[in-house]
Amino acid sequence: MTRLFLLLSALVALLAPLAPAHAQPLRLQITEGVIEPMPFAMPAFVPENSAGAQYSDALARVVAANLTNTGLFREVPRDAHIARVSSFDASVSFSDWRAINVQALITGAVEVSGNRMTVKFRLFDVLSGQQMGQGMQFAGSTDSWRRMAHKVSDAVYSRITGEEGYFDSRVVFVSESGPRGNRTKRLAIMDQDGENVQMLTDGRALVIAPRVAPGGERAVYTTYETGAPRIALMNLATGQRQLVGDIPGAMTFSPRFSPDGQSLVFSAARGGNTDLFRLNLGSGQMQQLTSSSSIATSPSFSPDGRNITFESDRSGTSQIYVMPATGGEARRISFGQGRYGTPVWSPRGDLIAFTKSHAGRFHIGVMRTDGSEERLLTASFLDEGPTWAPNGRVIMFTREAQGGDPALYSVDISGRNLRRVPTPGPASDPAWGPLLP
Amino acid sequence: MTLFSKTLLVVAALALAACNNPRGGGTFGGGGADGFGGMHDGGIQSGSLGDPNDPNSIAHFQQRIGDRVFFTTDSSSLSEEGRATLNAQARWLTANPQFSIVIEGHADERGTREYNVALGELRANAAMQYLISQGIRADRLRTVSFGKDRPVEACPEQRCWDVNRRAVTVVSRGRTS
Repeated sequence: MTRLFLLLSALVALLAPLAPAHAQPLRLQITEGVIEPMPFAMPAFVPENSAGAQYSDALARVVAANLTNTGLFREVPRDAHIARVSSFDASVSFSDWRAINVQALITGAVEVSGNRMTVKFRLFDVLSGQQMGQGMQFAGSTDSWRRMAHKVSDAVYSRITGEEGYFDSRVVFVSESGPRGNRTKRLAIMDQDGENVQMLTDGRALVIAPRVAPGGERAVYTTYETGAPRIALMNLATGQRQLVGDIPGAMTFSPRFSPDGQSLVFSAARGGNTDLFRLNLGSGQMQQLTSSSSIATSPSFSPDGRNITFESDRSGTSQIYVMPATGGEARRISFGQGRYGTPVWSPRGDLIAFTKSHAGRFHIGVMRTDGSEERLLTASFLDEGPTWAPNGRVIMFTREAQGGDPALYSVDISGRNLRRVPTPGPASDPAWGPLLP
Repeated sequence: MTLFSKTLLVVAALALAACNNPRGGGTFGGGGADGFGGMHDGGIQSGSLGDPNDPNSIAHFQQRIGDRVFFTTDSSSLSEEGRATLNAQARWLTANPQFSIVIEGHADERGTREYNVALGELRANAAMQYLISQGIRADRLRTVSFGKDRPVEACPEQRCWDVNRRAVTVVSRGRTS
C-alpha cells in the first residue's frame, strides 16, 4: 500500500477542513514522531445479546489502552461523549463527535454464545464524516477476548498509520526473583501489553537471552541446566524442549533463528575464544562462520536471510559488524564513540537496533544497516538488549536503574513514548514474537 | 490462562479488508511445566570445607591461598597479583591431586549480557591456561562462564564491579564432569 499521503496529525488537523471530501485525512506518520496525538473515541462495545454485556466495556478498554500506549493517539474520555452508540448499525451523528474534537471514532459490537464470541468493529473519520475501510468481524473463544480486542486495535492502527500493527503479539522474557547475587531466572511469556504472563521454566536453571522463532511457535535461549551455558529450543505450545548445538568442550550461547526458522546462529566459546556457528535444525549440520581470535557474539540475521550482524571486539573494543550469512569477510559498521553491542536487525530490514555504552551511560539506538544515521533513543544507567515489535516501529529493551531492579521498557523509533511495560516482578531480556495470525 | 494453540481465531471480514496482511504459519502458545530433570545449577551439593589450619582443606585453599583473581574492565589479562595467587593455587593443586577444578569466569554488570558470557570465558580460560603452564594437568580443569549473572557484590558502584570481574577456582573432590 502506498504511504505517499502520510502526514503528521497536526498537519492533518489544519488541512482537513480544506481537503476534498474524498481525501483520507486520518493519517499518522510514525517515523517522524507524533507531537500531537490524534484524539479518538472508543465507546463501549454494543452488546448484541445479554451475555455479550460482560465484555462490552472490557473490549473497549483494551483497544483504548493499546492505541493510547502508542503515544500516537489520545482517548477522548467517555464522560465527554455526547452521542450514545446503542446500535452497531445505526448511523453515526458525526456532529456530536466533531463537537468534542474527536477525529477517529471506533464503534464495536459483541455477541457471546456459550464460550464463543463474535466481535465487530467499524472505524470512522469524523472530520470527513466517512467510514474508513470496511467493518470487520472476529470470532473465537471467549478465552481469547483480549486477542480480539488486540485484533481490532491492529486493524485501527493499520488503517490510520498505513503500517502493520503489533498488538496481537507476545513477548518471551526472563522473569527474575531472589537476591541479586544468586538470582532465580525463569523463562516467561506474556502478551505485548504485559497481560497473561505464564512461566515457561521452573527457575532451577539460570536462563538468559531468549529469542522467538519467526513463526512464533518456538523459542530458543541459553540455559545453565547442565552447569554451563547451553542452547535450548522450546516448543511454546507444549513446553517441550531439547538442548541443541552441542560442541564438545565449548560453552554455547546467544542463539538466534534464521528468518525461515530452519537454522540457528549462535556463539561457542572455548579456549579463550568466542566464534559464531550456524546450525541447521533439521539436519544437525554445523558450520563455523567466524574464526577470529576475539569475541564474536549477539548475532542477528537480516530479514532476507542473506546477512548477519554481530558484535565483536576484534578492533579492541566492542563494535558492530555485518557479514554474509554463510560467513566470510565482516565489515565494521559502528564508528561512533563508545562500545556497541547486541545489534538486532529490524523486521523491515531498514535499521539495526543496538546497545551503546559511552561515558558511563547506556543507550538503545538505531542506525541504518551501513552504520549511517545513528540515532540514540534512550539514555540511562543501564539500558540493553533491544528487540523489535513485529512492525519495526517500536523497540522493547531491559532498563536497570542504578541500584534498582531490571524492568522492561518500550520506546518508538523516533525516541518518543518511552514507557515501562508492566511485569509481575523484575524482568529482563525481552524477545518480541511475530504478529499472530 | 489461555493456550493460544487451542483458540483458533477466525477472522471473518464482513467484507474483505484490503490492508489486512496476516503473516503465515504457526501458533504462539503458552508453555507447560518445566519437565527437565537432572539440572545442576539449582541443586545443592554439600561437603565439608574442613579447617583452614589444615593445609589440605578446601577452607585453607579458599582463605589462605586465595581462590580468585581479579581483572580490569573489559580485560582478561592476569595481573602480577593474580599470577602470584595462581602460582600458590598451582602449588596447592599439585600437592592435592585428589581435587578437580572448575574455574568460573565472571564479569561486572557494565556490559551487555552475552558479551559478558564471552568475556567470562576468556577470563576463566586465562586462569586455566596459567595453571596448566604451572604444571596442572588439563584433564583436572574445566571452565564455566556466568557472565554478569552471578555478581559477588551487588552494589551499583565501582568497588563492587572491581570484585565482580573475577575468575574463581572452585575445587572439589573427584573428577571434573
